[in-house]
Amino acid sequence: MSSEALVEIRDVNFAYDKRAILKGINMTFPKGKLIAVMGLSGCGKTTILRHIGGVLKPTKGYVKVDGQVIHDLDQEGLYRMRRKMGMLFQFGALFTDMTVFDNVAFQMREHTDLPEEIIRDLVMMKLHAVGLYGTQDLMPAELSGGMARRIALARTIALDPMLIMYDEPFAGLDPISLTVVGELIRRLNDALGATSIVVTHDVQESLKIVDYVYFVSDGAIIAEGSADEIRNSGESFVRQFVHGEMDGPIPFHYPGGNFNKDLGVRV
Amino acid sequence: MAIVSSLRSIGSRVINAVWRIGYASRFFMMTLLYSGLSFRRFRLTVREIFFSGVMSLIIILVAGMFVGMVLGLQGYETLKRYGSESALGSLVALSLVRELGPVLAALLFASRAGSAMTAEIGLMKATEQISAMEMMAVNPIARVVAPRFWAGVISMPLLAAMFSAMGVFGGYVVGVVLIGVDEGSFWSQMQGAVDFRHDVLNGVIKSFVFGVAVTVISLFEGYDAPPTAEGVSGATTRTVVQSSLAILMLDFMLTAFMFGE
Repeated sequence: MSSEALVEIRDVNFAYDKRAILKGINMTFPKGKLIAVMGLSGCGKTTILRHIGGVLKPTKGYVKVDGQVIHDLDQEGLYRMRRKMGMLFQFGALFTDMTVFDNVAFQMREHTDLPEEIIRDLVMMKLHAVGLYGTQDLMPAELSGGMARRIALARTIALDPMLIMYDEPFAGLDPISLTVVGELIRRLNDALGATSIVVTHDVQESLKIVDYVYFVSDGAIIAEGSADEIRNSGESFVRQFVHGEMDGPIPFHYPGGNFNKDLGVRV
Repeated sequence: MAIVSSLRSIGSRVINAVWRIGYASRFFMMTLLYSGLSFRRFRLTVREIFFSGVMSLIIILVAGMFVGMVLGLQGYETLKRYGSESALGSLVALSLVRELGPVLAALLFASRAGSAMTAEIGLMKATEQISAMEMMAVNPIARVVAPRFWAGVISMPLLAAMFSAMGVFGGYVVGVVLIGVDEGSFWSQMQGAVDFRHDVLNGVIKSFVFGVAVTVISLFEGYDAPPTAEGVSGATTRTVVQSSLAILMLDFMLTAFMFGE
């Protein structure tokens, strides 16, 4: 990964109260690339996204976005930076009291002085880009899970962000929607010339589309590389994760004490 | 040991309560600070006035009518004993304008619109709509909270006025139309007894204060609700309980200030 970095994470540590969540994370997200951050639920993936978005402040280390340390920015600076970012939330987080049209137009109306006719054209273009032109008058409650995710994607790219973050974009989707969303993430990244970060535990779908992968376990990076390198990794945790093996470094059994002793069985 | 642990538990509750009061005050200050948008784009506030004010109209009008009718009936029965039935108009109007209008309208507003605000904001938080707004560089206090706050503050005195007007009409229907109290004395006694500044204006001030209290409690409880189904339901219940107690407590304090000797 040689091109210039848009996001740099250096030696980031983070703890909730005294519980360490991130332990010395180093990551680089070069411009124009699509990069996945993978790991089990609760391993700290979403916490990394929250650091990049400036929601959380590291206890040690720094996060730089577009050359600026994000957690040193004041609220105005942070909001200015966030206008150049887009984030797709796990279940879309569409505004349920607005139509599809108003959802996609939301940022345009909040952050620009564009006349309503131009906003209309832009919204239609965004909807067309995610294949849902014609749904503009529907309410979010009338959409299927896959459609809602695509509308949320259209809203995320409303202002053509330089950085797009995806928090579990594949969660709860049927196989067709899964492929559609995966393809859209890749296509939009290339068409917009953006940099994309996908936080996911869906190995198969994400390995098809990403340029590079970081594997996180228990708040630290345990493996990284291209999709092929990850598929062929010798690291036992990565192997268990990628191939979905039942037992391995992540044990099948919860560490619940001595089962035999509990039943009174002498072994 | 038991004493130590119970002391610790009391201490932790007190610290928690103080912390929440501090957080709520900060939330209130932030709401005031970020209120500019609610007036620059008044359309946002008007939309909320529709949901919290206009949609509460039916319950306010019907309740006002019945309260006025009961006042007319009870007032007549009591005044008859002293041969002062003609004072029915002033009794109905003063009770409504000074006390029942602002207090009952605020209690109804808390249960109808306050609980809805809490549930809406709590669910917006639970479904990450608030976080999404923040990530889009849109301040949720300015965009979501402040318009609802001002809508509540504007709606409350208007609803209380409607409640009182409907109550007076209810009292008229029962007292004059059904029982047969003299119409002329009903209205003229009312006109003579009700002072605009002392009674009407004080009633308006009361309902304004209740409006601030109810909307701040409702919005804060929604914004602070844990993002779970249980969290939102608990917050909605707390809104109704705390708002009702706050209304009654504030009413006593305001009455003491306004009408005490």
